[in-house]
Amino acid sequence: MRPEVRKGTSLAITVLVSVGRHPLTGRGRRADQDARGVELARALPEAEVQLLHAGTLGEGSEAALRGYLGMGFDALTLLEQPEGADILPALAETLDEASPQLVITGECAERGEGSGLLPYLLAERLGWPVVSGVVAVEGVAAGVATLLQALPRGQRRRLEVRLPAIVTVDGAAPAPRQSAYGPARRGKLELVPGAVSLDDDWAHWQVQPARKRPKRLKIVKAASARDRFKAAAAKAEGGGGQVLEGVTPEQGAAAIFKLLKDEGVLR
Amino acid sequence: MSEIKRRDPRTEWIARNRLHPDHRAVLAALGQGAASEWVGPSGLTRKNPHAVGFIGPNGIKRIDRSGAQQGGQAAATTSAATGDSRRAVTIDAPAFLVAVVPDLSGGRLSSHDRDLLGLARQLADADPANPGAVLAVVFGEHKGEAGGEPKEQGFADAGVDRLLHLASPELDGYAPEARVGALVAVEEAWEPRHWLLPDSKLGGADLGRRLAARLGERPATGVWQLEADAEAELGWRCTARGATNTLDIQRPLPRIALALAECAEPVSETRHAAEPLALAQPLPAQLSRIEDLGQVAVDPAGVALAEAEFILSAGNGVRDWDGFHRAAKVLGATEGASRVAVDDGFMPRDRQVGATGTWVTARVYVAVGISGAIQHLQGIQSCDKVVAINMDPGCDMIKRADLAVIGDSAPVLEALVALVEQEREEKRHAA
Repeated sequence: MRPEVRKGTSLAITVLVSVGRHPLTGRGRRADQDARGVELARALPEAEVQLLHAGTLGEGSEAALRGYLGMGFDALTLLEQPEGADILPALAETLDEASPQLVITGECAERGEGSGLLPYLLAERLGWPVVSGVVAVEGVAAGVATLLQALPRGQRRRLEVRLPAIVTVDGAAPAPRQSAYGPARRGKLELVPGAVSLDDDWAHWQVQPARKRPKRLKIVKAASARDRFKAAAAKAEGGGGQVLEGVTPEQGAAAIFKLLKDEGVLR
Repeated sequence: MSEIKRRDPRTEWIARNRLHPDHRAVLAALGQGAASEWVGPSGLTRKNPHAVGFIGPNGIKRIDRSGAQQGGQAAATTSAATGDSRRAVTIDAPAFLVAVVPDLSGGRLSSHDRDLLGLARQLADADPANPGAVLAVVFGEHKGEAGGEPKEQGFADAGVDRLLHLASPELDGYAPEARVGALVAVEEAWEPRHWLLPDSKLGGADLGRRLAARLGERPATGVWQLEADAEAELGWRCTARGATNTLDIQRPLPRIALALAECAEPVSETRHAAEPLALAQPLPAQLSRIEDLGQVAVDPAGVALAEAEFILSAGNGVRDWDGFHRAAKVLGATEGASRVAVDDGFMPRDRQVGATGTWVTARVYVAVGISGAIQHLQGIQSCDKVVAINMDPGCDMIKRADLAVIGDSAPVLEALVALVEQEREEKRHAA
C-alpha cells in the first residue's frame, strides 16, 4: 500500500516515535502508544503525516523504527542524538522549523526515564497547548481540533483545542495496524544531525531493574485484645448504613434516586 | 465543672473495709449502695452479685476485688475518651509548607490522595523541632448543590494543616491551564518547599507535569519510596519507577514529586487543623486554548466490569429480568450479576461479580436481590457506595450496604425508572 495522493488543503501532522521495549523479551519494538499515535494520524483524512525520532541508529533501534515505516510510510526523519542525551532542544528546534499543525506522541517512553514529561516540556517551549490521553481525533476545522480524551473507568470526554497543539495518546486508542515487511525494508531513515545537549542528572542517578513493590499489610491498630480479636474474627458488620424497612417502593426508589444523584452517576 | 475526678482515699478505704461503721453509708454515696451485701431478716448476710463490679471500657463487666477501682463513673469517662483518642496537632508557625494537590475524584479524597497526604506528613514532620505544615490545594465544584463546598469534610483526619479551596467557574471540568495558573499563584504566594501530586490518570499526572514544566523543575514521577538522605539538596532520596514500570530510579527528591498509590501509610493517629487559607490576589484571568465539551455518553455495556463506575447487579432475588435490564439501560449502569444468577443462565459469565468472577471497583454498586455471600462481598470490597434492595433484612449485603431498601426488587426498580424518566422529561421541557 502506498500512501494516498495528497490534496490541496492538508493537515500537517508530526508523530514523535520512540523505540519501545517488549515487556517480556526486552527487545526493541514499536512503542505501543507511539504506534497507536501513528494509527491515529493515519486514520485522519487529508493528513500529511511525518515521522520523527530522536536517538541513535543502532541494530536494535533500526528494526524498531522500520516497524513504523511498515505502517505505510516512505521515510522517517531521525535526529541523531547520542545515548543519554537530552533530546528536548533538538526536537523543539526541529518542530519549530517544520511547524506542523498537530504533534502526536505516546504518553511515556518504554525505555530510559520514561517520565512522560517530553510533550509538556515541548509545549511549554513552543507555547502550544497540550492534551493528554487522547483516543481519537474527531475532526479538524478552522484551526480547531475536536478530540476525544480517555478518562479512567472507560469514560470519554470531548475537547476542543486550538491548533497547533501537542496530543499524547492513551493506551485505549485503537490498536495499531500490522507493520508490513516490504515497505518497512524499502522505507528510508533520513539522518539529520541535531544539536546535542547531555543530560547530566540522568547520569548521576542509580538505575536498576524494578524491584517488586512490597504488598501493603493490613495493619490493625487496636488498643486492647478485644479489639484485635474483633478485627481478626469479625465479619462485615453494620457500618452505619441506612436501612429502610416497611417503606413503599416509591419511597425506597426516592432514597436510592437521591443517593445516585448525590454521587453524580446519573446523566 | 472540672472533668478531673478527685480521689478521696478515706472514702475508698471505708468502702473497702466492710467492718467500718460507715461502710454502708459510703457505699450508698459511691453509687454502689444498691447494697451488694446486707444482713437478711434471719441474720444471714445476703449478697447480690449483680450489684458488684463495673462496666469496663470494652463494655464487659469487671469485678475488681482488690478495691483499687471505685464505681462505674470512671469507666464511663474512659469510654468517652476512646471515641477519639487521636492526638490533635496544630501547627501555628510552620517552618515550611508541603503543598499537596489531591485528585478529589467525585469530590472525595481517594485512597491514593490519603496515601499522598501520608507522604506529605512524612516530609513535614521529619524534624520535630521545626515542623512544616501540609497545604492541600483543592479545586471545588462550584455549581454543586453544596454551595461550592467540596463533599469531603475529612481533610483534618487525612492530615491537612492548611486548606486552600479554589472554586471558580474557570477551574471546573477539564481546565488544566487555569488550574496550573492557580497553582503558580500558590507558588508565588507561599513558595512551598515540596509539591506532591498523585501520579494518576484522574488528573494528577497531567496537572503535575504541567506544573513542573511551567515552574522549570525536573520532577520525579512514579515515586513510591522515600528515605532521608543528608547529602541530598532537600534532605530526601526517592525511588521512582521509570520506563513503564520496568526500572527503579534512585535519585535525590526534587521539589515536585508525582507519587504512585501506596507510597506511604495514610494518617491515622493524629488529627490536624485544616485551617482555611485564601489567596491574597484574585486568580489571573487566562485565555484557555482547550475547551471542555463535557463527557460523552458511552455504552455502559461496552465498559469492562472491572472498571465500570456504576454497576447494577442482579442476584437470586430477581424475578423480573426484563425490568432489570430496562432499569440498567435507563440508569445508564453496567450490568453485573451474582454467581447464582450466572449459573442459572440469566446472565453471561463475564458479568459475574465476586471472588470467582470480576473484582469490581465501582463508585456506586446497586445490589438487587443479592444476599451477599462472602465471595461476592470480597468482589465488591473496593466499592465506595453500596445500595442493596433485598427482601431479607438480616442478610450480609444489608450489613455492608450504605443504603438498604427492604422489599421486593421489581416495584422498587420500576419506581426508580419512573423517577429517572420523569426527571429527564422535566429537563427536556426546561431546555
